[in-house]
Amino acid sequence: MEFLNALTDPAIPFLRYAFAAGILASLSFGIIGTYVVARRITYIAGAIAHCVLGGIGAGLYCEHKLGITWFGPLSGAIVAALLAAIIIGLVSLHANQREDTAIGALWAIGMAIGLLFIAKTPGYIEPMSYLFGNILLISEFDLWMVLVLDALVVGIATLFYHKFLAVCFDEEYARLRGVRTDLYYLLLLCLTALTVVLLVRVVGIVMVIALLTLPAAVASNFAKGLWQMMVLATLFCIAFIGSGLAISYNNDLPSGPTIIVIAGLVYLGATGLRQFSSRKN
Amino acid sequence: MPAASTQETAIRIRNLDFAYNGTPILEDVILEIMARDSLCIVGPNGGGKTTLLKLILGLLKPNRGEIEVLGQTPEKSRLRIGYVPQYARYDPQFPVTVLDVVLMGRLDRIFCGAYAKADHEAAQAALAEMDLTDLAGRLFAEISGGQRQRVLIARALAAEGELLILDEPTANIDAASEEHLFEILAKLNERLTVMLVTHDVGFASKFFKSIVCVNRQVVLHPTSELTGELIRNMYGGDIRMIRHDHRCSPEGHCNHGIS
Repeated sequence: MEFLNALTDPAIPFLRYAFAAGILASLSFGIIGTYVVARRITYIAGAIAHCVLGGIGAGLYCEHKLGITWFGPLSGAIVAALLAAIIIGLVSLHANQREDTAIGALWAIGMAIGLLFIAKTPGYIEPMSYLFGNILLISEFDLWMVLVLDALVVGIATLFYHKFLAVCFDEEYARLRGVRTDLYYLLLLCLTALTVVLLVRVVGIVMVIALLTLPAAVASNFAKGLWQMMVLATLFCIAFIGSGLAISYNNDLPSGPTIIVIAGLVYLGATGLRQFSSRKN
Repeated sequence: MPAASTQETAIRIRNLDFAYNGTPILEDVILEIMARDSLCIVGPNGGGKTTLLKLILGLLKPNRGEIEVLGQTPEKSRLRIGYVPQYARYDPQFPVTVLDVVLMGRLDRIFCGAYAKADHEAAQAALAEMDLTDLAGRLFAEISGGQRQRVLIARALAAEGELLILDEPTANIDAASEEHLFEILAKLNERLTVMLVTHDVGFASKFFKSIVCVNRQVVLHPTSELTGELIRNMYGGDIRMIRHDHRCSPEGHCNHGIS
């Protein structure tokens, strides 16, 4: 109850913003997370998420060193995420072998670039808050950004639901039905990139991948079909973020790790339960 | 599309060569398949069966020679082919319903949004034809191998093509399902050209009108010619031995010089 009072307390708007951003972003996380889990591209999504640090670093550098006020860390994150999605997507489409090595390299290079930019940005910048999230940094402007990106991701993902489903399930057949599968695959990775950016502030770039895949993985235990999995994953995501924020506020814990631990425990519990019941049968 | 050309020839391949990374896979292929034919592509693993299939589907490009499918290039005729891949290559955990899989046969008819009423009707008709109506809402991963096979055939039928191509449909299914499969194919062959790839020729003569042997070179035989010796030679690894003894009737055989 303390948490509910805090949500309406005008003195602590950041908690309200974090909660609203979490609920809104859950839609994208449920939908895109389902595609990522079903298509088994968690590793690629992880690489995109980590490359975001490069963009954040560049954004901070532009803002503080070069004085470009309109290009901050969030804009940098969006640009870097999309760029990473396209590069990694092309590598995964055209690299015949050792795809994982190339993606792993991009993963690390993205982070390294970010840290170099941060090192050269004047003033003290704490990389921890970007890596692991810090809800104190959320502003009203961020909330609007989340709203716009969320609408974009959900809109495109819903509009081309059948194309994405076919490309994920059976790429070769989709191509034979006249679908430009490479383009849809890249588009899906770009949507994944934008989704990752949505919650960088709340859970950070290292842990965001867990929030993308765990709700969908839990949902896959109960869902009959892809869109059911999306709806369930969205609900799980809302539950994880809501309860995580409440518990972290009441016990004075960092919010990102609390959310992730809750998601992880539910995932392990659901998977264990499923193993147990299938062995019983 | 002029009706005359589809009436006569379904597939015409002229002097085709295909090599992968410099290794020749298919050499000087000449093949002519008539509409409403039912043919079985056989040959040892690595002999080029799948490559021939992919060339016909336009997924690979020949190094030399040309392919005409239903009177057009493979890329253009693609949408008029009902393709049935091996069901075993699917992710067994992918959350997709039977109806959603069958609707993918209509994917070329929508750009975005939902499928139209006509698409749902075609999918339901294809499901009914394959005796799968009751399974429409089930998960593709939950049903048996034989049923998954039929779902993929229903998907190909929903596309309303003229040529049905099946890749190794007899792999991993039991004898009863296999028999059922050939009953279905015999019925479909009344209105479609049916082409099937397999490495298992035991059953072949029961249903097929022609056999295409692929082992770097491609030779077409009428089924009546399929003898124990032919099969032995085919799997013995040297296809030229078969070519020594052709005694094929002109309408059933396509050899160098005749096309």
